[in-house]
Amino acid sequence: MSPLLEVQDLHVSVDGKEILRGIDLAIGPGEVHAVMGPNGSGKSTLAQVLAGRESFEVTGGSVRFLGKDLLALPAEERAREGLFLAFQYPVPVPGVANAYFLRAALNSVRKHRGLEPLDAVDFLALAKERARLVTLDPSFLQRGVNEGFSGGEMKRNEIFQMAVLEPRLAVLDETDSGLDIDALRTVADGINALRGPERGLLLITHYERLLDYVRPDFVHVLVNGRIVRSGGPELAHELERTGYAARSGAP
Amino acid sequence: MSTDKTIEELVERQYPYGFVTDVAEDTVRRGLDEDVIRTISEKKGEPDFLLDWRLRALRHWRTMKEPRWANVRFPPIDYQAIRYYSAPRTEGGPRTLDEVDPEVLATFERLGVPMSERARLAGVAVDAVFDSVSVATTFKKRLGELGVIFCSFSEAVKEHPELVRQYLGSVVPYSDNFHATLNSAVFSDGSFVYVPKGVRCPMELSTYFRINAAETGQFERTLIVADEGSSVSYLEGCTAPIRDRNQLHAAVVELVALAGAEIKYATVQNWYPGDAEGRGGIYNFVTKRGKAAGFRSKISWTQVETGSAITWKYPSVILQGDESQGAFYSIALTNNHQQADTGTKMIHIGKNTRSTIVSKGVSARFGSNSYRGLVRVQKGAENARNYTQCDSLLLGDRCSAHTFPYIEVKNGSAQVEHEASTSRISEEQLFYLRQRGISEEDAVSMIVNGFCRDVLQKLPMEFAVEATKLLDVSLEGAIG
Repeated sequence: MSPLLEVQDLHVSVDGKEILRGIDLAIGPGEVHAVMGPNGSGKSTLAQVLAGRESFEVTGGSVRFLGKDLLALPAEERAREGLFLAFQYPVPVPGVANAYFLRAALNSVRKHRGLEPLDAVDFLALAKERARLVTLDPSFLQRGVNEGFSGGEMKRNEIFQMAVLEPRLAVLDETDSGLDIDALRTVADGINALRGPERGLLLITHYERLLDYVRPDFVHVLVNGRIVRSGGPELAHELERTGYAARSGAP
Repeated sequence: MSTDKTIEELVERQYPYGFVTDVAEDTVRRGLDEDVIRTISEKKGEPDFLLDWRLRALRHWRTMKEPRWANVRFPPIDYQAIRYYSAPRTEGGPRTLDEVDPEVLATFERLGVPMSERARLAGVAVDAVFDSVSVATTFKKRLGELGVIFCSFSEAVKEHPELVRQYLGSVVPYSDNFHATLNSAVFSDGSFVYVPKGVRCPMELSTYFRINAAETGQFERTLIVADEGSSVSYLEGCTAPIRDRNQLHAAVVELVALAGAEIKYATVQNWYPGDAEGRGGIYNFVTKRGKAAGFRSKISWTQVETGSAITWKYPSVILQGDESQGAFYSIALTNNHQQADTGTKMIHIGKNTRSTIVSKGVSARFGSNSYRGLVRVQKGAENARNYTQCDSLLLGDRCSAHTFPYIEVKNGSAQVEHEASTSRISEEQLFYLRQRGISEEDAVSMIVNGFCRDVLQKLPMEFAVEATKLLDVSLEGAIG
């Protein structure tokens, strides 16, 4: 089966400093990949570059998404094509109601797919149903986007948005960070509910903790801007015992 | 980078209201002297008291100097080059919509003014001012049954001279300030509202002003009186066609709220702002003031100022009655080379008076946006309270925001709070919204609308929708 995402020899710099130094990664439909690595290894950079953040400079390599040249598309078009990023630090947008924001997002995605826009009533029905996945109280729909949210609420809101937008590929950037065990379970349940034969998931995480709840098909170890090892889910547990240092080959 | 580009695109959007209506104009010669004033007064068939008032204003004005303290820059205005009166030529004036020049009506159609049947359905009574003369007034009859007077200022002078004489200049005297004094001498028309005791006006009253004739300063005068226990909500909307030359707009609005009365005055101002290089545009130098004269009276100003090359105005409230309340909710947006120096004055005189100020300034490209506000608590104003919140949002790095709060407290029991913030639309916010599939332009307008939400919520529903659209239009090419 042809992959959803195909990253080849990707090099990325910030302010002249090379952060990613030749990444190769292919994710097929229905697959769950985890990229693990220590702080500063380039995990979040990979997530942001895939989503189209402009402050990073791609200095080499290519990325194809559903057969298209992903790097040629602006962020909003990548989103409309079905690429979703769950942010490590969701951004507050004061005064803009969640419902308003998310309906605008959904309708721009639907328009791109040639579907009619959802009116407010239909949207609300859909949103309430999906909010149950991550046990968010529907009253949060009227609150400002990420405004006054707790850390756990923000992360659940990210998964909720993913559930509404139904992306082909979701990149989850440290979605487990800052969550207590109950919140982690809730978020993991939401993610598992969104696994499907058409959808790819890329979990970016520092700890293997999340992977106890969301079992990946493949695990990649990112150290110093390179994937130094790839394997099955057992690799995560091995890392937990041995740490990243043994894998880095660095002094 | 792409952000700047989007801002450029947004800014480049053309002013959609710029068309000129071709109708015969009845004007006076350029310049200002006693003869011109007498001519204006005579054309309008005014009583002597009004002519005298105008002449006193003119004599006083000649002793005044144009103020320069505002944080705005503009070349000298030649007041003798302005034509002070212009009216569509109709013998005797129109009595019904059928008598109105069809070109004029078509203009209102293009502006989306709800006239005739549409107006009734919308529940809006419109006193439409075309240049200087009011051309049509709807729903006068229904309002008349309740004793509500809603008509052009000229008509009020003829039909209700005693009310005009009693209240004209009672809040903004003819000697008040340079532009208000000029207005007092030359004002040609405007709106008049009187709501009798105990009457709650059943519909929103609305006036659309429109500047049409080239090089004609427009000097309206609006007077709203809410008698004891009454209430009224008034909406004012403005557009002007594109002209190369700057045009002066020096209006005066006076509000009087007697005991237990409430006046809500909302403005959506989108006069022509000039082009992207700062050529042309309206100078909007307006004096707006309300007197909460009676016990427990209330006055609120809500303004959405997106137009004009220069906006220079401070809708204010004199809190004279005990337990009276004043409010000022403002959105001022400056794009391209627009300048705004706007804010309010809350003058606490009565006991237990309350005032609220919420100001949202949005600047884009080279726009300059100043909030200037005075909160004064007089000696006898026991337990006065004021809350001021003053937020600025910057789009791009070539625009500016300034805050000039003045607080004068002469009574130790006062509580005055002032909060201020300045922020930029962050790249993180834009990226977050774009990552969800929202275009950059839509993302910017979403952020700006969110920023302005507290004020937009104060507008009547239909007006809020219009204001939201207007913010989007005014921001086009502005993101950064």
